[in-house]
Amino acid sequence: MKLRLYVVDGAPNSVLAIANLAALCKKNLRLSFKLEIIDVLKFPRRALADGVLVTPHLAKLSPAPVARIVGNLSDSGSVRLALGITT
Amino acid sequence: MIFNSGVKLQSLPKAATGIEGFDAVSGGGLPRKRTTLLKGGPGAGKTVFALQCLVNAARKRREAGLFVAFEESTRQILANAATFDWNLPALMRRKLYFMDARLAPEVVHAGAFDLSGMLAMLKAKKDELGAGWIVFDGIDVLLTLLRDPAAEMREIYRIRDWLAENELTALITAKAGDGPAHAGDYDFMEFMVDCVVPLARRLEHGVSLHRLQIMKYRGSDFRAGEFPVSFGASGMEVAPPEPAEIHHAASRERVSAGFERLDTMLGGGLLRGSSTLVTGLPGTSKTTLAGKFAEAACERGERTLFVSFDEGAEPIVRNLASVGIQFKPHLKSGLLSMYSARTESTGAEDHLAKVKALIGSVRPRCMVIDPLSAIAKAGGLVAARAVASRLIYLVKDAGITVFITAINEGDDPATEATDLQVSTIADTWIHLSYLIRSGERNRALTIIKSRGSAHSNQVRELILGARGPVLADVYTAGGEVLMGTLRWEKEDEERGKTLQRRAAFEHKRRELQVSEADTRARIKALENDLARQRAELELYSSDNEARIVSSSEREKELRRIRSADPARSSRGNGSGNGGAAKAPRDAR
Repeated sequence: MKLRLYVVDGAPNSVLAIANLAALCKKNLRLSFKLEIIDVLKFPRRALADGVLVTPHLAKLSPAPVARIVGNLSDSGSVRLALGITT
Repeated sequence: MIFNSGVKLQSLPKAATGIEGFDAVSGGGLPRKRTTLLKGGPGAGKTVFALQCLVNAARKRREAGLFVAFEESTRQILANAATFDWNLPALMRRKLYFMDARLAPEVVHAGAFDLSGMLAMLKAKKDELGAGWIVFDGIDVLLTLLRDPAAEMREIYRIRDWLAENELTALITAKAGDGPAHAGDYDFMEFMVDCVVPLARRLEHGVSLHRLQIMKYRGSDFRAGEFPVSFGASGMEVAPPEPAEIHHAASRERVSAGFERLDTMLGGGLLRGSSTLVTGLPGTSKTTLAGKFAEAACERGERTLFVSFDEGAEPIVRNLASVGIQFKPHLKSGLLSMYSARTESTGAEDHLAKVKALIGSVRPRCMVIDPLSAIAKAGGLVAARAVASRLIYLVKDAGITVFITAINEGDDPATEATDLQVSTIADTWIHLSYLIRSGERNRALTIIKSRGSAHSNQVRELILGARGPVLADVYTAGGEVLMGTLRWEKEDEERGKTLQRRAAFEHKRRELQVSEADTRARIKALENDLARQRAELELYSSDNEARIVSSSEREKELRRIRSADPARSSRGNGSGNGGAAKAPRDAR
C-alpha cells in the first residue's frame, strides 16, 4: 500500500498523525506499507499541486481506490475503513 | 478624511477599496495590513465586496491579491464575476490567485486538523506574487468542519497571527443572519479584527435592498449608519451620504422647454442645467411634454438621454410620433439615446447605478426621466426618496438639463408634493391636471414654480395635435376656467358676436349710404326745383319785360298810328305787327 502523508513539521496534529499512522502500520505488519511524509512548510508548492488544503492530510495512492483522509488519524476506525484495511 | 468629529485622530494607514462610497464612509478605505470582517446573510454581497477590493487593488495600484474560497469553486466565482467589467481572467495571470479551499465531500475526516499547512501554502503564493491583499471567503464553512468551538477559535487566532506576520490587508467574510440564532457565532472574531462591516439584504415590498454599515473601525473615525448598496457594471456601489454643500454652476442660458408658448410662460425657457419636474395624473401627457423637450434638445444638436421606466422605448417612439414628435431621426443620428427598465424587478439603487453608468457613457446635455415616480415601486419609499434626490443631484452635478416626470395619485396641488418629495429639489415645477366639466376631461397646464424665472401664473389648456402639444388660452367665466368644448363654445360665441357686430355695422353703413343717396337725390330734386323756379322766374320777368316792351311798342305804334311818326318794324309777338329792333336788347 502506497501512502503519502502531508504534515507541518512540529504542528501538534501533524505529530499525532504520524504517531497514529505508525501505530496502524505496526498493527498490520502483514501488509506492506510504503509511506512518504511531506512537510508542507518545506514543499508548499508540491502540496498545493497535490490538492492539499488542511494538514494533516493522508493520501492513499495505491492500490485503487485512492482515498484522502484529513485529521490527526485518531479515529482509527475511519482510517482503516478509508484505507480498506478490513482485518 | 474625518467626517463626524472635529478632532482629527491619529488615523492608521488605510487601503482604498476603490468602492467610492465605501472609501468616503470609512474615511479612506480598509485598515491597511489589518483584518476586516465582512458579515451578513446569504446574498448580501460579501463576496462581491471582497473580490472587488482585490480587483481594484490589482487594477488601480498593481497590487496582487489572494482569494481563498471555502464555499464556492473558482469556476463559480469567475462566472459570478463575469457580470461585472472586471476581466478576471486577465488579472489571474499575474495579480490574482484563487485557491479553491473547499474540502471535497469524498475526503474522510479522521480526527482534528488545522490550517498550518494551508497557511504555509498561501505564504508561498503570497511570496510568489508579492501579494498585499488576501480574502478568506466563507470562513464559516471551514469553521463548521472543525466541529469544535475550541478548535475554531484556535484556527481563527492562527489566521490572525499569520496575517499580522505577513502584513497582509485581509478581508474575512462570514455568513451571519440577523436572527438570534446567529448572534453569538462570531463574536470573538468581531473582537479580534480591526474593522467590522455588516452587509444586509432585506426584502421590502418584494424588492431586495442591500445595505452596508461600518460597525467597528479600530483607531479610526467613520460614518455611522446604514448606506444603500447597489450593483452596477463595475460591481458594488455604496451610496455615499449626500454632500452637505451644493455646488452647481448657475447658468443664465435658456434652453427651450419644447415649444414656444411654454417657453414664453417660463419667462423665455428653462435655465441650462436646471431640473424640471412635471407632475400629473396618468394620461395628462407628461411623456408628450418630456418628448417635446427631448426633441427640441436633439434639434439643437444636443446629446439627449431618455430614460423611461415601465414603458419600452419602442412604444414611446411610436406614441410620440402620433402627436408629431419624431424621435426616429435622432435615434438614427445617435443624438438621442433611450433606456427602458422595469422598476419592480430591481431595487432603486440598481436603477441609480445604471443611470449613472449611462450618464457616464452617453454624456448627455439634456435628459428625461419618465417617470421618476416609478422607482418608488422599486422597494421602500424611503429608499426611493433617497435615490430620487441623489439622482437629481447626480444629474445636476453633471450640468445636465433634466426633465423629470412624476405621477401624482391625487389631483390637489397642495398635496401634489410628490411621494418622492422631489418637488422641493426641482427648479421648475409644471403641473398637469384634468379639468372635468360638462362631461369632458381637458388637460390644464400650470407652472407652480420656476426658480430664477419670471413665469406665467396662468392656467393654460394643453391640446395635443398631430403636430405636437399646443397651449391655448383658457376663458374664465363666472370664476370658472373654461376648456375644451366650453372654451370652443365661448370662442365660437365670441366669433359669432364679432360677426354680428360686423353685420350690424355693415347694415348701418348701407343704411347710411342709402339715406345719403336719398338725401342727395332729394337735394338733386330740390336743385331741379330751384332751377325750374329760377327758369320760371326768368321767364316771368322776361315776359313781363316783353309785355312792357310790347306795351311801349304798342304805345309807339299807337303814337305812330296816331301821329304818323316814323316807325320801324315791330317784333311781331305783340298785339301789333311791328316792333322796335332794339326792344329785345332793352329787355336784357
